[in-house]
Amino acid sequence: MKKRSLVSIDDFSTEEILKVIDLAVEFEKQPIRKLLEGKVIATLFFEPSTRTRLSFESAINKLGGKIVGFSDSSSSSVSKGETLHDTIKMVSSYCDLIVMRHPIEGSARYASEVASVPVINAGDGANQHPTQTMLDLYSIRKTQGRLEDLNIFMVGDLKYGRTVHSLMMAMSRWNATFNFIAPEELRMPDEFKLYLDNMGLKYYEHTDFTDIISKADIIYMTRVQKERFSDPMEYEKVKNVYVLRNSMLENTKPNMRILHPLPRVNEIHPDVDSNPKAYYFEQALNGVYTRQAILCTLLGIKI
Amino acid sequence: MKEPKQLSVSAIQNGTVIDHIPAKNLFKVIQILGLDRFDNQITFGTNLESKKLGKKAIIKISGKYFADDDINRIALVAPDAKLNIIKDYEVIEKKVVEVPDTITGIARCMNPKCITNFEAVTTRFKVVSKKNVALKCYYCEKITNQENLQII
Repeated sequence: MKKRSLVSIDDFSTEEILKVIDLAVEFEKQPIRKLLEGKVIATLFFEPSTRTRLSFESAINKLGGKIVGFSDSSSSSVSKGETLHDTIKMVSSYCDLIVMRHPIEGSARYASEVASVPVINAGDGANQHPTQTMLDLYSIRKTQGRLEDLNIFMVGDLKYGRTVHSLMMAMSRWNATFNFIAPEELRMPDEFKLYLDNMGLKYYEHTDFTDIISKADIIYMTRVQKERFSDPMEYEKVKNVYVLRNSMLENTKPNMRILHPLPRVNEIHPDVDSNPKAYYFEQALNGVYTRQAILCTLLGIKI
Repeated sequence: MKEPKQLSVSAIQNGTVIDHIPAKNLFKVIQILGLDRFDNQITFGTNLESKKLGKKAIIKISGKYFADDDINRIALVAPDAKLNIIKDYEVIEKKVVEVPDTITGIARCMNPKCITNFEAVTTRFKVVSKKNVALKCYYCEKITNQENLQII
């Protein structure tokens, strides 16, 4: 079998994405399947990420695979000055697949060239995090019953948020309409709007929540981080504008669901958690099924 | 009577003349084509008057013909370069350079957080715009545009 890696969501065709989603449905029905018995998966976290790492490790464990790796580069030979090239070369002879997170952009693409085994990018700096996108797509299809023709609202930091960029690009395959709600300083960058223009897709920009959220099928929330603002006064002005509260959900559609890549800080008020439209914790759980599906797909394992 | 002294930068018998190189990029062209490692006879002139470029440079390489793929590598630094292919002192063909679809190992990625600026990785770009050159890094997927273009 030809070695296949997942570095960027664009590495998968629409058909392949749908196949992964269908496979994840099977894992949701029956998560415990010993499909990775006898396989060793390396989880190389050159920067810490508890959530993503635990989700992958849970997926691997449910499939009966064994894990080697590290959760922080200070406990690896990187601290001795080893190059990424050498680390990957060495590790790929110990395992059947590499899951890696690295702070440097493009590191996962490079690793996929160096490694003799498939590589899954679990985040390379501000660049790509395709398994997050995949689980977002899974969550959207599961809650909406389809991916086509949906109205997607993206809220918060749309400038630096890599998850919103990847999700937007991915959803553009299914004729989505987008509404971007962000402070002036954190608006969706022009290159992405240009992309939507070229695709002939509709998008609207707002600086605060308006009545228009009654039209949303999906509200995708992100954190507005203080360190993103050049002027701290600006942050103080907007920090409470992008907080979703239960009272704002009254007139929203019955099928509407709220997603968030987590961790959340204060952008979703805890009073939303008990609303049946809050979906972010289930979304995180879906990440395990989706990652099970991705692992099996890249290893060529049929269920 | 002694013949007047004359420099031998005149016409070449066989080889390639690269004209209309922006004077400031002459040495980049030499570097990209690896002319500094050639054994052939090479002459060049720089800071010559040019209506189009202000100051231009010209290179004459004796006994050497380039493949299109090789010569197109200079398009990033000399987009208006013109080639004269010489045989027996005659220009038998004129060529212009074209920006290729992919660029390997010539330009630096402008993203300081890109892996190619940390490890010994050969840079690779997809050319997303040829007119105002814009290169998309194969690794970090960021765009390097003309103003920020740096030749390695």
